Amino acid sequence: MSDQPLALPGYDSRTGYPSGMRAFRTPSMVLRQVKPASDARADPTPMRWAIIGITIAFLTLFVLVPLANVFAQAFSKGLDAYFAAISNPDALAAIELTLIVAAISVGLNLVFGIVAAWAITKYEFAGKSLLITVMDLPFSVSPVIAGLVFVLLFGAQGYLGPWLQAHDIKIIFALPGIVLATVFVTFPFVARELIPLMREQGTLDEEAALSLGASGLRTFFKVTLPNVKWALLYGVLLCNARAMGEFGAVSVVSGHVRGETNTMPLHVEILYNEYQFMAAFAVASLLALLALVTLVAKVMLEGRAAKE
Amino acid sequence: MSGATIARYRRVIPGFGITLGMTLLWLSLIVLIPLAALFLKTTELSLEQFVRIVTSPRVVHALQLSFGLSLAAAAVNLLFGSAVVWALVRYEFPGRRLFDAIVDIPFALPTAVAGIALTNLYAENGWLGRLLAPLGIQIAFTPLGIFVALVFVGLPFVVRTVQPVLEDLEAELEEAAATLGASRLTTIRRVIFPAILPALLTGFALAFARAVGEYGSVIFIAGNLPNVSEIAPLLIVIRLEEFRYADATAIAAVMLVASFLILLAINLLQRWSERRTRGD
Amino acid sequence: MKIALHEVTRRFGAFTALDNVNLDIHSGELVALLGPSGSGKTTLLRIIAGLDWPDQGEVHFDGEDALSRSVGERNVGFVFQNYALFRHMTVFENVAFGLRARPRRLRPTELEIRSRVKQLLELVQLGPLGERLPTQLSGGQRQRIALARALAIEPRILLLDEPFGALDAKVRKELRRWLRQLHDEIHVTSVFVTHDQEEALELADRVVVLAKGRVQQIGTPDEVYEQPQSAFVHHFIGESLSVPVTIAAGGVHFAGRKLDLDPHGLSDGEASLFIRPYEVTVVPESGSALLNGIVKRVHGFGPARRLEIALQEGDREHFIEVSAPRHEAVGIGQHVGLRPRAYRLFASPADRSPGV
Repeated sequence: MSDQPLALPGYDSRTGYPSGMRAFRTPSMVLRQVKPASDARADPTPMRWAIIGITIAFLTLFVLVPLANVFAQAFSKGLDAYFAAISNPDALAAIELTLIVAAISVGLNLVFGIVAAWAITKYEFAGKSLLITVMDLPFSVSPVIAGLVFVLLFGAQGYLGPWLQAHDIKIIFALPGIVLATVFVTFPFVARELIPLMREQGTLDEEAALSLGASGLRTFFKVTLPNVKWALLYGVLLCNARAMGEFGAVSVVSGHVRGETNTMPLHVEILYNEYQFMAAFAVASLLALLALVTLVAKVMLEGRAAKE
Repeated sequence: MSGATIARYRRVIPGFGITLGMTLLWLSLIVLIPLAALFLKTTELSLEQFVRIVTSPRVVHALQLSFGLSLAAAAVNLLFGSAVVWALVRYEFPGRRLFDAIVDIPFALPTAVAGIALTNLYAENGWLGRLLAPLGIQIAFTPLGIFVALVFVGLPFVVRTVQPVLEDLEAELEEAAATLGASRLTTIRRVIFPAILPALLTGFALAFARAVGEYGSVIFIAGNLPNVSEIAPLLIVIRLEEFRYADATAIAAVMLVASFLILLAINLLQRWSERRTRGD
Repeated sequence: MKIALHEVTRRFGAFTALDNVNLDIHSGELVALLGPSGSGKTTLLRIIAGLDWPDQGEVHFDGEDALSRSVGERNVGFVFQNYALFRHMTVFENVAFGLRARPRRLRPTELEIRSRVKQLLELVQLGPLGERLPTQLSGGQRQRIALARALAIEPRILLLDEPFGALDAKVRKELRRWLRQLHDEIHVTSVFVTHDQEEALELADRVVVLAKGRVQQIGTPDEVYEQPQSAFVHHFIGESLSVPVTIAAGGVHFAGRKLDLDPHGLSDGEASLFIRPYEVTVVPESGSALLNGIVKRVHGFGPARRLEIALQEGDREHFIEVSAPRHEAVGIGQHVGLRPRAYRLFASPADRSPGV
């Protein structure tokens, strides 16, 4: 039990090769030390130096420098200006909207993810792989197209547009639209983390609980859930990071009205386009901080999961 | 009562109906119906209209730019990503764990943040822009800037897809090759590379798919000049703002179909190479 | 509680796991389902539990239809092959799980639960381990906790799926003894699945021998061992020698010669002669009425000395191994005759070799 690695999200169960991006790594990998290369696996020294050099240069240039730039620009006018920028009423409204949208989207997709993972891993039924493929669709669609489809449905000239106008319901250019678009793009995150793990764990524990007289719900909360808690938490974390940072899809459905329908990423865009660079980077730095916190949490979760 | 027959098979674990039902309902509402709207809209156009929109110079250019630069960026990530994953898995060097974590940043960082950071960096007075200006190289507001942004967003895909495969590669394979007299280069070329090729191709495909649809990181650093540095997603947004839904839908449909076809091709390529290396 | 299985059939696609199984288990019995892998024994156990349903047939507990009840409603205690202990709960919580899962009306108070769990832990001799996690226990300990957990709900039947399969030999023997003692104390109708015939014969009140989804024989361990009713059972349980023979003209023939053996009422045709290796007398000369062969090899020494003998039939050789006679020296190449003191004859199906 404790020596079984966590199943990896996105692995093609047929071939064992990755069928998608793997961001969550197995405990056995996290804890694996880089073994000193035996003679047979040692690379010639010049090659090692070259590859290490390329790696450091590439990652520094393409990742570290831009990231550092965010914070450098954010604080370029000093701490006072920084705090003024992020406590600006429009900025605060954007932060609030982002938090609300994220809370709703993550909440909905959490419930959905659990339900879908349960349906897929605890039963056999026809069409299962089709279902999994369809669930992965939002992953492979451009965020702009994600926004587009909702405009086509609910926009003023969309299929339901006239009906919505008649009933004075605003979806596009308002909160519901933003939530819908965010829910769409973050749809598979939780389920994708849960499914491989639950698939590997099988149904034995649940059968044991049922044989002892437990109801389905009790079995789920007391037996299934504790078995997947780290993967679930990680899925929620990823879902949240994406929900807060989503730009393309939300940009299409939002009205870009400052103080009202702007999330943090949109607010960053507005500030930047108005040449308020420091303020834009100040708000951006909060999002960058969120990304870093997510990554730190991921490392910690991997460590926790490894210990079990 | 003799000879009673069980009419149907019962499921041991309760909740099948309700969980599958909820899943299908949620899936339909959020994913299937909206996507259906897209295809429904496409069918509203006559074939002639569709072709006219899609072959207009501006659209063609935008599509070429998006797909072309995405391919190039994915290729760069394939090349450098291979070096990165090799270093992270095979070598010890100071800060290795840090760099390992760094690989995930483009995946976790919101695209708008990346967009403004890169633009600021490569603008003429930015940290890197001012180093390149004397050399006559301008990155911001040119297709080159788009390329840089696409490399950024696709960076983690090759590394993270290949990493587990490389880590799980049995040492004995290489040791066997060495005992049989193969040089290091030969071993890499003929033992290691085929084993990680499917993962490499998958990573490439993922990086490519991500780059094609990318919006937030790109629109700040691109010049967004029609027919010069305008990416397809931006054109879709512009058409939407002009309420030209049909045009927007047509471009989106082309993007989806083209991406799907390219990914299918890469998938088949990957399966072919898998079969070869596994000797099925 | 009595269990009655009537014409139970279960198919998985084209594969028939159980084929018209009929079985009656008496109240308080300890029954073994014995058979090789693929014989359907685990499927049968799971059907009794409610973790699977038959395609045809009936299952009755004390006369009531069990198939209309879900696994939780049947009040069975199931011990899984790999224990399926809840790894995030302590030993105490594992054992208490079934009691706590009861609906409010039927649930005992927390105090009662605590005392009952303590009782059970004492019963399985793991009293002080209540606060440990399953990963901190040895295999044998986990097995006993799984049993305690199943017993906690006061089941009417106890079902064990290869309970000792994952343990090493010494632990297995101890637990076997312990399980038998436990059963003698608590007298719950119990059914366990095993592929180990020694285990089945040692533990069970009655043994059900299964092969390819069909019941081969049901009987006490003695009956199954001394009076096997088919070639499969004879071969599967205990050691056997088998020799293909022909029944003709009221006699048993091998290699064209008539043997001094009674055909036991079998009709003419192909048959298999089954003998236990220790029930054969080896005589140094060959005689026409005996099974004749040549000693090919001698194994072991002293009381454990065994002879490998080749019986010639036409151009085929049949090899059998028998205990060597104590008082005679028999060497390689010597012609010997074999006289069975006890034997069984089974009419052969198309193939002449026993077993599945």
